[in-house]
Amino acid sequence: MINYIFRRIGYMAVTLVIIVILSYLIIELPPGTYIESEIARLRQQGGNVGQDQINALTKRYGLDKPMYVRFGLWVGGMFHWPPDFGESFAYRLPVRGLIANRLGLTIAISTFSLLVSWGIAIPLGVYSATHRYTLPDYGITVLQFFGLSIPGFLLALVLMLFAQRVLGQQVGGLFSDQYTTAPWSLAKFGDLVQHLWIPIVVIAFGSTAWLSRVMRANLLDTLNMQYVQTARSKGLTENVVVWKHAVRNALHPLIMILGGSLPGLISGETIIALVMNIPTVGPMYFQAQLQKDEYLAITFLMFLAFLGVLGNLLADIALAWVDPRIRYE
Amino acid sequence: MTDTALPVPQPTPQAAPERQAFLDEPVSEVGDLSQWTLMRIRFSKNKLAMIGLWGMIVIYIVVFLGAFIAPNEYTFQDAQYVFGPPSPITFIGPNGQLGLRPYVYATTTVLDQAKFMFVFTVDKTQKIPIQFFVHGDPVNVLWFKTNLHLFGLENTKQRFYVFGADGLGRDMFARVLVGGQISTTVGLLGVALSIVFGSILGTASGYWAGIIDDIMQRIIEVLGAFPQVPLWAALAAAMPPISSNFTVVHRYFLITVVLSVIGWTGLARQLRAKVLSYRTADFTQAALAAGSSDIRIILTHMVPNAASHIIVTAALAIPSMILGETALSFLGLGILPPAVSWGALLKDAQQVSVVLDHPWILIPALAVVLTVLLFSLLGDGLRDAVDPYSI
Repeated sequence: MINYIFRRIGYMAVTLVIIVILSYLIIELPPGTYIESEIARLRQQGGNVGQDQINALTKRYGLDKPMYVRFGLWVGGMFHWPPDFGESFAYRLPVRGLIANRLGLTIAISTFSLLVSWGIAIPLGVYSATHRYTLPDYGITVLQFFGLSIPGFLLALVLMLFAQRVLGQQVGGLFSDQYTTAPWSLAKFGDLVQHLWIPIVVIAFGSTAWLSRVMRANLLDTLNMQYVQTARSKGLTENVVVWKHAVRNALHPLIMILGGSLPGLISGETIIALVMNIPTVGPMYFQAQLQKDEYLAITFLMFLAFLGVLGNLLADIALAWVDPRIRYE
Repeated sequence: MTDTALPVPQPTPQAAPERQAFLDEPVSEVGDLSQWTLMRIRFSKNKLAMIGLWGMIVIYIVVFLGAFIAPNEYTFQDAQYVFGPPSPITFIGPNGQLGLRPYVYATTTVLDQAKFMFVFTVDKTQKIPIQFFVHGDPVNVLWFKTNLHLFGLENTKQRFYVFGADGLGRDMFARVLVGGQISTTVGLLGVALSIVFGSILGTASGYWAGIIDDIMQRIIEVLGAFPQVPLWAALAAAMPPISSNFTVVHRYFLITVVLSVIGWTGLARQLRAKVLSYRTADFTQAALAAGSSDIRIILTHMVPNAASHIIVTAALAIPSMILGETALSFLGLGILPPAVSWGALLKDAQQVSVVLDHPWILIPALAVVLTVLLFSLLGDGLRDAVDPYSI
């Protein structure tokens, strides 16, 4: 097991290096720099930008150096302690401080949505597999198809309308106005829950639909296995047969796609955060991208991909843990 | 499957009842029919899949004849009808009788000076009949110029807005139909590109294994680790702005390329697994022993075998590409004006307050949901037809 984990971590290191290079190239290669958009903005406001001012800005951001030098400097900064990811042009602040909170909140919301979708998808899948071709099963199937067809931001908009019109809640953001600066209390926590239930439901909806479909199909397969028949013939109750013998084996493919589903959740989270104005990665990242605020965009993109890799690693380890056949491969 | 050297009994008129017997009892006489015929029979028996297929055909016809079907031209701006609601329709004629001909109530627009908003008042006494094949705005339908519209109002200044109007007083119905041309084809083109990349890279990685396979696996893993929309957004942000030598058409094609950057990995992975399993199969060994080249083995023995799986994977990828384009355009990073797509139309709906006041601007989203739903049904049906044992 230890051996397997080390081998996987070795692969992961290679992947991480490629991600760092790729993130940098994707954001950096296209023409146009922050300076150019900044100069255009200054000119628009009526100010005339002199050549020496442009030179000063260029030097300040190190944009006069060739790209590989800047890449080297940027990567070198990451190995300092505390790590330095460069400075955001637009905010004039170190990237590290800007992203820490937002990344944390993105991880928290995505993880929570993941737990919610698993918590719902598995029982739902089991129910619809054990009650195949009954009315509830058809109902669940219809819901699943809708879950896969509705764009997340549309569901978010509809739920926001519902919350605002019917429930009379204030939507958007993390807290209502009166709690933004208030110290933590039960009321503030309640307010947070009121603001976060929509994004979590929306993000979890699509992946719940998909996971429960996979679960249903897997369980249908395992329920036909001979060991399930054996378990039944031993006289075990149907509950034990389903949950202990069939479901445990049907879970393997689900764990396998667990790692792959994390990037999808994060991707959904970024759009919904933009629509609902939640201070997570989404709004700041898309903004940074449009402004060509390079280091901020690169670092965000890189960390989001790191999360995906980490999810894959955890899924692989979990799979090796539940299924000995994989460890000894 | 593609081998026609063996004499296959051709269905003759005398054999028709036997074929019918097979259709009633699909497990018998499987050897009589080719794999593709079997798939077609299985597919056509699946009601949901047929709904998906016919639904999509109807949608394609409707969006490509959209300019003719909609009563107004999609860029026509009516300054008097900004954010105007859908025109109210009644089936009760002017003489008070319920009939088949629908009528539109006349609507007048007044500017409320205090609130600085247009107020639309419906005149219940004035009914304008909706007529078929009326002359209206000149439009381009496919390759033809015409001013004929499927339906509309005649001899009146009143315009007919089935889905209401947007923030510039443009007909939402026309925009949804015309925008569908981009939204429904972006997925097809993106998937076509994915098939090209995915089948070449997937086959290569499965067939030659070794270092090529290792590199390919890392690339797929890396691309899979990036969250889709942020990666798409980064690539879309790299495109030059719309100008005379970079038109909306260029952008449209580049968007399909961007969508397929992630799309090909799924196909490549599937094909790699298939090719890996064919590598040790007897027919490959036989071909090798007969002195076939690698390319010949891949093209004449492996790809035809995997063809059905390529089609299924592609069909299942189309919905996610349509949703991807919608998300990108919704964020303002995909299709840009003057081109219209469903996502670009939904960009106006980013603010909840706007949606609250004018709920009809969410109508393009219903079109997205319907299309994706039909494509999913179609893809699911194809998968079941090809491999009845998979999910």
